[in-house]
Amino acid sequence: MATTPIEQELAGACVNSLGNAIGMPQLCDAWFGNQVFWLLVALVAIYLILTKLALPRLSAVLAERTGTISNDLAAAEDLNRQAKDAEAAYEKALADARAEAQRISDEARAAIKVDLDAAIATADEKIAAKSAESEKQISEIRAGATASIAEVAKDVAAEIVKALGGKVDQSKVDAAVVARMKGN
Amino acid sequence: MAEDAHAEGGLTFHPMDQFMIKPLFGEYGDPVHWYTVTNLTLWMALAVLCVLGLFVFATRGRAVVPGRGQSVAELAYGFVYKMVEDVTGKDAIRYFPYIFTLFLFILFANFLALIPTSFSTTSHIGVTAVLGFGVFFAVTILGFVKNGASFLGLFWVTSAPLVLRPILALIEVISYFVRPVSHSIRLAGNIMAGHAVLKVFAGFAAITAIAPVSVLAIVAIYGLEVLVAGIQAYVFTILTCVYLRDALHPSH
Repeated sequence: MATTPIEQELAGACVNSLGNAIGMPQLCDAWFGNQVFWLLVALVAIYLILTKLALPRLSAVLAERTGTISNDLAAAEDLNRQAKDAEAAYEKALADARAEAQRISDEARAAIKVDLDAAIATADEKIAAKSAESEKQISEIRAGATASIAEVAKDVAAEIVKALGGKVDQSKVDAAVVARMKGN
Repeated sequence: MAEDAHAEGGLTFHPMDQFMIKPLFGEYGDPVHWYTVTNLTLWMALAVLCVLGLFVFATRGRAVVPGRGQSVAELAYGFVYKMVEDVTGKDAIRYFPYIFTLFLFILFANFLALIPTSFSTTSHIGVTAVLGFGVFFAVTILGFVKNGASFLGLFWVTSAPLVLRPILALIEVISYFVRPVSHSIRLAGNIMAGHAVLKVFAGFAAITAIAPVSVLAIVAIYGLEVLVAGIQAYVFTILTCVYLRDALHPSH
């Protein structure tokens, strides 16, 4: 079979006349230079991309994130403490208000008691005065009654004596009546 | 050409063709010089663009409460940052940009390689060897600069009995120099093998009788490759951190 010029050119240490690989293309020394050169270019390119652009950016982002997270945690802790403080202040205000209310009610109770005592004392005085007056009136009435009873008794005794036909000695009757009443 | 294709029949396996480096512009079959813009250039550029998109475009808002894109960028940043801090130590944070560069390049290259018809840049031992030996030389030079000759204490296991120390030193030296090889072949091998297997199963899909099995296998292996893409980026990065720790603190 006649080979065309292109096929002849293709055929070599690594490629046969059909354009297929002879053995392992990896071991074809004609291609090593190309591999090494372009590998070094690729590695330098990746290294430059990483060191000039990617790594500073990524480490900055990660540092910023760490910073943000710790800042947020600190802020949250601060807010938590503030809330606790507010709660404590509220509790204190509540206790103060309760104590104040207790004090005010105690004061009011004391003031009312003073007023009440004064009023009771006045009322007692009035009652005492009234009862003394009543006592006096009663004793007057009683004295008046006793005198009236004696008068009536003397008159009745005199009349009874007169009715019995006796001689009325007014002074004797009076004395007898008085003596009789005293005997009570 | 047509004759040849006919001669090969319906079942053609070229699982390694996907790894061929081709010029992106110009005539088909142009020579590939070291500066030629190839499909490898394109897919590495796309990886760079993905980094640019995720880490510059998506984070342009600098939001304290991040959006979706910025969340992913911050997640990747925090993931690798913590890895460097935990594995290598707080004093190694200054090397974080270099490690992050490696991680992102491998991660995006691996994931972009999973797009059908794409090109797997990290499947090339030439690429991963530069990464692996780059880490090896950087770490070794750093070890000597930071610790001077006492960096060689890394190979002299003082906790072992004296008679065993020379033998252990030999083993340690060998394992130290094998590190960059395993470091780079692990990545390239995983990616290459996975993609080659996908291609083999895709070739089987041309046969009607076994096409359903083949398609199911492709789905399963594709899922595995998604895991591998992430895990290999992680493994490469954490091993870099481990090697860096050895360089900064050579005492066992």
